[in-house]
Amino acid sequence: MEKENLVQYIYGIADNALILGQRLSELCGHGPNLETDIACTNIALDLLGQTRSYYQLAAQLSGENVTEDDIAFLRTERQYRNVLLVEQPNTHFGFVITRQFFYDVFHVLLLQELQNSENETLSAIAKKAIKEVSYHQRFSSDWIKRLGDGTEISRQKVQEAVNDLWKFTDELFHLTEDDKNMLENGVGVDVSLLKEKYYQRINEILEEATLEVPELKWFRKGGKEGIHSEHMGYLLSDLQYMQRTYPNMKW
Amino acid sequence: MIMKKKWPLWEVFVRSKNGLEHRHFGSLRAADADMALENARDVYTRRSEGVSIWVVASKNITASNPENNGELFEPAQDKVYRHPTFYTLPDEVKHM
Repeated sequence: MEKENLVQYIYGIADNALILGQRLSELCGHGPNLETDIACTNIALDLLGQTRSYYQLAAQLSGENVTEDDIAFLRTERQYRNVLLVEQPNTHFGFVITRQFFYDVFHVLLLQELQNSENETLSAIAKKAIKEVSYHQRFSSDWIKRLGDGTEISRQKVQEAVNDLWKFTDELFHLTEDDKNMLENGVGVDVSLLKEKYYQRINEILEEATLEVPELKWFRKGGKEGIHSEHMGYLLSDLQYMQRTYPNMKW
Repeated sequence: MIMKKKWPLWEVFVRSKNGLEHRHFGSLRAADADMALENARDVYTRRSEGVSIWVVASKNITASNPENNGELFEPAQDKVYRHPTFYTLPDEVKHM
């Protein structure tokens, strides 16, 4: 097992948390009401906390002069390994909740398996994070049901988001070369095996929310290989602004 | 965004440690009891302030009227003998 494979594998998990956390952070102070605003910001902070643990491990593996901040702020767009789903814009609250829901359900399944990783640090991070992520899933599933089975407008908006984001869900189960390598070494999770359970859970909640499950045969992927959607560049220019403008600045 | 219809108000009670009573922490808005509980978790216990939460719809609370404070509370003010402060407590009794 090459160190570089492991580092890339860690990015593949951690970048999702960073980018989704960044998207949620954009909402800080803009939530539909105080309570929901705090809830979304809490989730963002959970995700950023998890990101730090992963990046600290990746930094350790990458050499003496690399820090977690370098990994977060100084990579180019192509070097981020997050899925396309998490970089999609906030558009409206229906999108925020649906994006969260689509990722949370996957996140719980992933961490359940990652707990068995032969890499002790990854396993420990997964064990700690799974409690937070279970709450995220509960929060977003509840909101899917509220919006879906709510008013005519809320239903229409959340259905729009479900239809629009559905094409990004399949990428979650795509195995990259680094994924395969880590799988062989007992470190990684075979995400392709999570697919059935994932859609089963998603469909259950959508049904309970009286929403329609899209029948789509065409899916988009690329983020895991560094080929991102146009939104990613704008997101990174916000995220990286301080480090790019004032190199090496510290809080 | 301005909400045209405001969600009802809920009072939040948090037990901060096992063995202690639930204390009033504040209030919040939520569409129903389940949401009130989740919101309370996020608004009041995110710095690990609690081990248990109660929420109760504010409309279910019957409160005393501040206008009646005179007749309700003032008569007790000059009756210090109602406080058990005229006894000397042995040191062994730590909390009373």
